[in-house]
Amino acid sequence: MTTKSLGNPFDGDQSLIHAKTCGCPECQPGQEMPSVSLNLQQPATPDSAAAMDSEAMMDRAIESAVVRSVFGHNDHSRRSFMKMMGTGTAAALLGSVFPMEKAKAAVKESLGKLEKTKLNVGFVPITCATPIIMAHPMGFYERYGLDVTVSKTAGWAVARDKSLNGEYDASHMLTPMPLAMTMGAGSTAKRFIMPAVENINGQAIVLHVDHQDKRDPKQWKGFKFGVPFEYSMHNFLLRYYLAEHGIDPDRDVQIRVVPPPEMVANLRAGNLDGYLSPDPFNQRAVWEKVGFIHMLTKDIWEGHPCCAFACSQQFASENPNTYGALLRAIIDATQYSQKAENRKEIAEAIAPRNYLNQPVPVIQQVLTGRYADGLGEVKDDPARIDFDPFPWHSMGVWILTQMKRWGYIEGDVDYRSIAEQVYVAGETRKVMEELGYSAPRETYKNHTIMGKTFDPAKPEEYVQSFDIRRS
Amino acid sequence: MASTSVRAGMLSLVFLVLFLGIWEFGTQVIAPQQGELSEYELLMGGADQEARVPPPSEIIRHAVAELSDPFYDRGSNDKGIGTQLAYSIYRVLTGFLGAMAVALPLGFLIGMSPLMYKALNPYIQVLRPISPLAWMPLALFVIQDSEQSAIFVIFICSIWPMLLNTAFGVANVRQDWVNVARTHELSPIKTAVTVILPAAAPTILTGMRISIGIAWLVIVAAEMLVGGTGIGYYVWNEWNNLDLASVIFSILMIGVVGMLLDLALGKAQKLVEYKE
Repeated sequence: MTTKSLGNPFDGDQSLIHAKTCGCPECQPGQEMPSVSLNLQQPATPDSAAAMDSEAMMDRAIESAVVRSVFGHNDHSRRSFMKMMGTGTAAALLGSVFPMEKAKAAVKESLGKLEKTKLNVGFVPITCATPIIMAHPMGFYERYGLDVTVSKTAGWAVARDKSLNGEYDASHMLTPMPLAMTMGAGSTAKRFIMPAVENINGQAIVLHVDHQDKRDPKQWKGFKFGVPFEYSMHNFLLRYYLAEHGIDPDRDVQIRVVPPPEMVANLRAGNLDGYLSPDPFNQRAVWEKVGFIHMLTKDIWEGHPCCAFACSQQFASENPNTYGALLRAIIDATQYSQKAENRKEIAEAIAPRNYLNQPVPVIQQVLTGRYADGLGEVKDDPARIDFDPFPWHSMGVWILTQMKRWGYIEGDVDYRSIAEQVYVAGETRKVMEELGYSAPRETYKNHTIMGKTFDPAKPEEYVQSFDIRRS
Repeated sequence: MASTSVRAGMLSLVFLVLFLGIWEFGTQVIAPQQGELSEYELLMGGADQEARVPPPSEIIRHAVAELSDPFYDRGSNDKGIGTQLAYSIYRVLTGFLGAMAVALPLGFLIGMSPLMYKALNPYIQVLRPISPLAWMPLALFVIQDSEQSAIFVIFICSIWPMLLNTAFGVANVRQDWVNVARTHELSPIKTAVTVILPAAAPTILTGMRISIGIAWLVIVAAEMLVGGTGIGYYVWNEWNNLDLASVIFSILMIGVVGMLLDLALGKAQKLVEYKE
């Protein structure tokens, strides 16, 4: 968001007009901004141009409006008056005749009154949910005036049911879930929207230590694999990977749904030969010495989406301001998680029993990407997990093609319209730009998955191009 | 010569000490490796992370730490063991009392009327053997509230033993007593309250005792599923972290509370017993 017009109205040296010939530092890039404010001093954040949060911006906009109207919107007379009086005196003088603080409160009230401040947000205890979780101990929800309870949930089916029945205002979900729920695949149909992706990459294929000599998928016939949910990227990526190696995921192996927290116990008990699951349970299997990391999912599809932040359309339309504040908190937290230098601190914030309940070194290995693979090597891969909130429509279309491919949905699918209805990229972009982050202009792009290009303009042809499929 | 019960008590103690001793000895920690660990070994958690059942001393240490601060609150997903047990007991009692409110009158009706017994029996026989957890998805969907769903599951699983025992107890009150009531021209309600209820009370209490035992078994499983609070959630949360010391500790706590619930109903049963 541009904050140029929000210069300090009490400063006689600053023009509020910014015409083409304006010489102020903001219109002349490359020059340092002078300190702008008298009572709005904010700790500088590196990415927001004017170093103001939305609260301060709102304050400034109101001050500016009042001062401008006092001077009949004549910037010249305002500036000469301010120069004569001095900034502080002028502010005090105006304050004595005009209740500035009350005006600020009243305007904020009418513009952005939160319909609801106490919210219940669900999460499944995995590192994919990092932004949703860390926003709690690190105060991102509070910053936007929200009192959020983050509720740990046993698995995806429960997260889905609690979202459908309204116990959760919003929840951590898997990117395919809101699509499936909106279409009524595997549940009752209710319109859900997904305004933000949580993490990209960050999953892995783990095999039991006994299978160290079976690194070629062709040797995996008869294996039992675990995935966290049917409508998950994990299921679709594992199926894709197996099928590319000529293994039919429905006939040659068994794929079972196992809630993420139960993966390691099942691997140890020999119930599973391997799994494609969220972290920290991949690294935890290595830490427990029962499994090794066969490969990271980023090597199947670099930058694939995984988990998401989703809520019902009903919640968003009934509580637009609350929804907006929550989305800002989530996007802010996601962008914060993106920075590698913040990862260690985040790992410590989300490891306690209240959140992930995992040893700190395990979480750190996941988030920093310097990890033991369980085969005797230390690997270094900073992109092991990354965070990017932008919900590409093309990702939604890809997910739908895989749901079609494996028979989760049947008949004609209107890929683009469903993806655009659920993945509300426009809202994400708006909030990202407001918060000073750059967002892509397009919402469709080609993706490359195991060397094969996916063109979102031709979804049906893409589905038909696979030899192993159910439709 | 000490009495049998004292000697039995001592023997119990000896068994316990022997059992714990063997357990402790069998799970001794492997001595940590000498010298500096390489980075790989550090990232693997060192030898300390070898899968093993924790020795009893570790569990006792853990139990002391948990029990010395049973009501702590470190956020919505991390509360003390006392708070968790309180949530579970609350759910069990609510569901149980609800079941009682339905089962006792219905049981009386079925017990006193052979017609009603015949008419309702097929439904009872079909509904009774359903695993309480099988109700959970349906309950979540229909009731739309996980808290009430958990209570409903307790309700539905604890109703059957009470219902059947009440019906059985009522139907088997000695006909002589009912006849005596009849010769005194007591109204049916008065007969039910002053003659049949006291006569059937021991059987009814037996049914209640079975019910609360089942309810306590079920609550753990139900809470593992819906999560949030309760001892079942506590076990699940520790299982997440593969923390066996906590899991074993909570298993013991579940046993102790279950025993206390059973003892309480056992005492109530003694109160209503009579000799013919």
